[in-house]
Amino acid sequence: MTVAFPAIGRPIERVEDLRLLRGRGRYVDDLSCNSQLYAVVLRSSVAHGRIRKIDGAAARAMPGVHAVFTADDIGEPVPTIPVRLFPCPEHEPFRQPVIAATKIRYVGEPLAMVVADSPAIGEDALELIDVDMDSLPAVASHQASRENGSLLFEAHGSNCALHYSISKGEPDKAFAAAEYTRREKFYVHRHTGITMEPRGVLAEWDAATGHMTVWGATKVPFANRRILAKLMDLPEDAVDMIEGDTGGSFGVRGEFFPEDFLVPFAARRLGRPVKWTEDRREHFLAISHARDVACDIEIACRRDGQVLALRGEVWTDVGAYLRTAGAISPRNVGQFITGPYQIENVSIDVAVQLSNKSPSGTYRGPGRYEADFFRERLFDLAAKDLGIDQVEFRRRNLVPEDRMPYALPTVAPVPNPTALDSGAYALVLDRCLAEARWEDKIKLQGQLIDGRYHGVAVVCFIEGGAAGPKEEARIVLETDGSLTVYVGSSAVGQGVETVLGQIAADAMDVPFESIRVRHGSTTYVKEGWGSYHSRSTVMGGSAILAAAEELKARLKDAAAKRFNCAAAEVTIGEAIVRAPDGRTLSLQALAGHDLSAEGIFANHRHTYSYGTHVAHVAVDSRSGHVELIDYVAVEDAGRIVNPLTLHGQAIGAIVQGLGGTFLEDLVYDESGQLLTATFADYMVPLATDFPNIKAISLQLRPSPFNPLGAKGAGEGGVIPVGGVVANAVSAALASLKVEVKELPLSPPKIWRLIQDAKHSRSAD
Amino acid sequence: MVVTFNLNGNPVEVEVEGRTTLVDCLRHQLGQTGTHVGCEHGVCGACTVLVDGEAVRACLTLAVQAEGVQVVTVEGLSREEDLTPLQKAFRKHHALQCGFCTPGMLTTAHALLSNEPTADADRIREVLSGNICRCTGYIPIVEAVLEARSAYPGGPPAGDAK
Repeated sequence: MTVAFPAIGRPIERVEDLRLLRGRGRYVDDLSCNSQLYAVVLRSSVAHGRIRKIDGAAARAMPGVHAVFTADDIGEPVPTIPVRLFPCPEHEPFRQPVIAATKIRYVGEPLAMVVADSPAIGEDALELIDVDMDSLPAVASHQASRENGSLLFEAHGSNCALHYSISKGEPDKAFAAAEYTRREKFYVHRHTGITMEPRGVLAEWDAATGHMTVWGATKVPFANRRILAKLMDLPEDAVDMIEGDTGGSFGVRGEFFPEDFLVPFAARRLGRPVKWTEDRREHFLAISHARDVACDIEIACRRDGQVLALRGEVWTDVGAYLRTAGAISPRNVGQFITGPYQIENVSIDVAVQLSNKSPSGTYRGPGRYEADFFRERLFDLAAKDLGIDQVEFRRRNLVPEDRMPYALPTVAPVPNPTALDSGAYALVLDRCLAEARWEDKIKLQGQLIDGRYHGVAVVCFIEGGAAGPKEEARIVLETDGSLTVYVGSSAVGQGVETVLGQIAADAMDVPFESIRVRHGSTTYVKEGWGSYHSRSTVMGGSAILAAAEELKARLKDAAAKRFNCAAAEVTIGEAIVRAPDGRTLSLQALAGHDLSAEGIFANHRHTYSYGTHVAHVAVDSRSGHVELIDYVAVEDAGRIVNPLTLHGQAIGAIVQGLGGTFLEDLVYDESGQLLTATFADYMVPLATDFPNIKAISLQLRPSPFNPLGAKGAGEGGVIPVGGVVANAVSAALASLKVEVKELPLSPPKIWRLIQDAKHSRSAD
Repeated sequence: MVVTFNLNGNPVEVEVEGRTTLVDCLRHQLGQTGTHVGCEHGVCGACTVLVDGEAVRACLTLAVQAEGVQVVTVEGLSREEDLTPLQKAFRKHHALQCGFCTPGMLTTAHALLSNEPTADADRIREVLSGNICRCTGYIPIVEAVLEARSAYPGGPPAGDAK
C-alpha cells in the first residue's frame, strides 16, 4: 500500500496491525529477562483492619521461594504514592502506601509480595503467610462514608478528604428570582475501564551501573519514572521506563500503582530480574475504579426554558486512597456540569468521600460521564414540567458560536481555568437529528408496540482534550534516508504510530512509508507527558510539527553547503532538496551527518470536541429488559488526521458507555467485599449486545489553539451515553410514571422502578 | 511429564507439570506469545487456539491434554509474510485497537468460517460473543469477518455483505 500525499485526512490502515494481527506484539507478559524470578502479591481479604503482624517465615522456607517482602522489609517510613494531577496539601494525608503497614483499607490492598522461581510456587507460598489483624467496621458506600461511624484515617477525623467548590456568577440570586426550579437526587454507580491485558511489570537492576530498567510502562512513563526514582532514592536518569504494546488503558492503566514500586524494589534487593503479571481477579481489585457519584442538584429556569443556574452538592466515593490521578474525577463532575450549555450561574460543592473500596482513578470521560447524566436527566425533567420539547430545550441553551471562547466554572482549590474553544453546537445538533431521522423516531415516543415501550432522547455534550503542559518530539534522518520520529506520547492501543506518522509525513513532505514512530519510552526524548485527556494527537502531533520545522531548516543548511548557495534558496519537497538552479539531492544523500531536530509544543488551552447523541430504545416492562434499537452519534473533532482510527474510537467509546450504563457494575457488599470480580459477574458488552450504532465524525470548526486544528476525541463517545439512554428509557416508560434517577439500567432495576411507580400510583 | 503435539505444522515435545495449562505451555515454554491470557477461566476468549481445527480455550486446556493433536495459534494462521484474507479484512475495517483480544478473535473467526463460510452477521455475532473486546465495540470485527467469508471455500462471492 502506498499512501498518497497528504497523509493527514486519509483512512490509512494502521502500521501497528501488521505485528498485532500475526501474534508478534510485545506486551509486557511476553517479555522475559535471563534468570528472572516471579512476584506474586498477597492481597487483603478484609476491607478494613489494623495489622498486628504479618509472618512470612513459613512461606520464606518453602523451596523455590526467594523472598517474602512486607512493610517491615521495606522499612520506615513506607513510601506513599504521590498525586500527579493538580496536587494540593489537602491530598497529602490520603496517599497510598506501596504496601499496607499499619492499617488495611480495602480488599485487594497489597500486604506482602512473594518472589519465587515460578508464579505457581509463589501462589502456593501465599497460603503460608500468616496475617494477624483486627477487623474494623467497613465503610462501603458514600452514605456510610458520610456518617463517619468508622473512619479510614482516624487522625483526619472525617471520611471526607476534601471539598471542591465550583462556581460561576451569582447562583443564589438567580434562584431567588427564577420562575421555575426543580431539585433532584441522582446516582452513577461504580464501574471502570477493565483492560483486556492485565497489568504487569518486569524490572531489572544493574548493580554495576546503578541502573533500573522497567518494562510495562504506559500512559505516563515519564511521570512514573519521576515517582519511582524518588521512592527508590535514585537519580531520574538512573531509571528507564520501557513501553511495549499495551492492551488498553481507557485512563485506568499506566498510572503508578503499588506494584510499580514493589517489583523494582524486589529486583534491586534480590539482584535478579523480577516479573509480575496480575490475574483477572487481581485486576478487578487493583486497577483504578471510577464513577460512584451521587448528587443533590437543583436547576433554575425561565418559563421559556432558558437555564439560569445550577446548584447543589455532589458526593464522590473515591475509595480508600487518593492515588496519582488525585481527585480529577470529582473536580470534573463539578467543572463540566454545564457541558455545552450557556449557564451563567453555578455553585456546586463536591465532597471527596473515602470508603473501604478500591481507590479510584480516571476512567474515559472522568467526571464528565457522571455530570452529563445528572444534567441531561435534570434537563428532561425540567423540559417536561415546562412543556417544552426536549430538542428545543437544548437548542435554546447551547453556547452560541459568537460567545466563544466561553469560560467554564472555576474550581477551588487549585483552579484550572478553561474555556470552550470553538464550535457550531446547534449545527451538529441538527445534523444528528437528521442522521437519526428524528421526525420519524419521535412519533414512536412512549408508544407500546408488540409488548415493548419505545423511547427516544437527544443530548449534547463536550469532550475536553489536549492537556498541557507540553509534549516533546525528536526527528532523526537515518542513513537510508528514512525518518525516525521519537515522541513522548504513549500508545495504549489508539494507533499512535500511524496517526503521528501521518502528521510527520506531511510535515516533512515525505512518503508515509518512510516514517517510523517510536513512542513512550523514557529513552527516546528528554521529557514526555504521555497519553491521557485525549492529548496524543494534538500535543504529540504539534510537537512533531515543531521538530519538523527545525529539521527542515537544518536540512536546508546542510544542502546549501553542498549546493554552495544560501539556505533560504533551498526548497524541500517530496523527500528531495532542490537548489535554485535545479540541482537536487535525496534525503539519503544528506544523511549520515547527524541530522536531527527536537521540537516542543507547550499549551495550556484545552480543545473541546462536541456533539450530539440520539438513542432509541424499546423497554419490555414485564422483564425490565431494554433493547437499544438505534444509536446515532455526531461529533466535531476539529480536524481529523485518520478517519478510520477516529471512527473506531468513537464506536468503541459508545459501546463502553453502553456497558457502563446497562451492564457493568462493581458491586460491594456491606463488609466491603467486591462481589463482581470476574468477567462472569462483571458484565461487559459482548458482540451480540449493541449491533446498531452509527457514529459520524466531522471537521467543522478547528481548534484555534494548536497548529493542527485538531481536537482530542478519544473519549467523547462515552460521555453522553448514560444521560441519553436514561432519558430514552424514562421517555419510553412515561405512561408508567417512571423516571430514571440511578444507573445502571439493568433489567431488575428497571423492573423495580416500574413496580415502585405502580405501587405509588395505586396508593395515590 | 512429556507431551508431544504438532504446533503450527511442526512437531514439538515439551516437559510440563500436570497443572500447566496449554496457554502457559505455549507462551512460556514454547515462546509462542501471540496467544494471550485475559481471564484464566474461559470467559474472555483471548487465549483461543485451534485444536484439530476447533476453537478451544487454551486456558481451560491442560498441556497434557494436547498429546497427539494439531495446535494452531495466531502465529500459525499466516505462514508467509503476507496477511491472510481474514487478517487483511481486520486491518481494512480497523477491527483491532489494542490488539490484545485479536489473536482469539482471529482463531475463533477462522474456525467459524472454515466450518460455516456462509455465516450471516447474527451467526458471527453469536459465535464471537464468547470473545471479549474492550476497544472496538465489535462492529468493525463483524464487518471484517463478513468480508473475509469470500476467501473460504463455499463462502459467498466477494462484496456480499449479508
